[in-house]
Amino acid sequence: MSDVWLIVAVVGGVTMLFKSAGALLLGGRELPAPAMRAIRLLGPAVLAALVVVNAVGGDRALVFDERLVGVGVAVIALALKAPALPVVVLAAASTAVVRLIA
Amino acid sequence: MERPEVRTGTRLALPFALAVGAFGVSFGVLARAAGIGPLAATVMSGTTFAGSSQFAAVGTIEAGGAVASAIAAALLLNARYLAMGFTVAPALGGSRLRRFVTTQLMVDESWAIAHLGEGRYDRHRLIGAGFLLYVAWVAGTLIGSLGADLVGDPEAFGLDAAFPALFLALMWPQLKAREPLVVAIGGGAIALALIPWTPPGVPIVAAAAACLVGLRRR
Repeated sequence: MSDVWLIVAVVGGVTMLFKSAGALLLGGRELPAPAMRAIRLLGPAVLAALVVVNAVGGDRALVFDERLVGVGVAVIALALKAPALPVVVLAAASTAVVRLIA
Repeated sequence: MERPEVRTGTRLALPFALAVGAFGVSFGVLARAAGIGPLAATVMSGTTFAGSSQFAAVGTIEAGGAVASAIAAALLLNARYLAMGFTVAPALGGSRLRRFVTTQLMVDESWAIAHLGEGRYDRHRLIGAGFLLYVAWVAGTLIGSLGADLVGDPEAFGLDAAFPALFLALMWPQLKAREPLVVAIGGGAIALALIPWTPPGVPIVAAAAACLVGLRRR
């Protein structure tokens, strides 16, 4: 099995289990409140890391390049309450323009 | 038969479905940029059906991360479905298979639409909203990944900058309260500190430790 299909299979299978576990396995019981809180905070923790790694990550090095222009434009657009999709398009377009000029 | 509630769910999900479909297209395009073909991308959308985690897997591959890191990053983001699954469980009925299928239609938007308030959920709304969003997401992915050939060199179009912008946009609405904001800053700082020292992908997984703030007593 190729790496891509391994990722597709494992992520798909385990996600199905995550979604259905409450309804199927632990009938009626609830998770402890601190566990529920920690699980909910996984979102911001991992998303913030994904922002950082995709913005300045290189191969074992911090790389500051045209991507940062796109990220800066995204921050401004989000602060102006733009919806997610236009934010992403603006970020890609501004980076592309800077590359074209540079 | 409470069919009207299914239709209510579908109607409430319509504006989200347009956005989800468009995001599906962008997932297809970005997946191709990271070397994932139309079939694999579409199967992933049909089985995982959780946008941010799919982008996380693709983003980790794009950043040069290992298979294990890509899987871990995606699953850490999807762990919230464990918590969400517990909240809707009391509202579900029927056979085990029926309950299983219903929970698979749960994504952030359909979960929110199914919420009637005070922790009560309506499974028909969940089905009506979830099914429409599912079709939009899978169809969007297929269209995007097939159309990705038209894009050509991904970097010339700034698609590498689309990744951080996308994760920023997904995270933004979650930062209104103080605790998630602190956790996000912590997660970002962990990632930044580890990038020069660890293989790509590891900083993303390690940053999850910031969520442990939620465990402390209050």
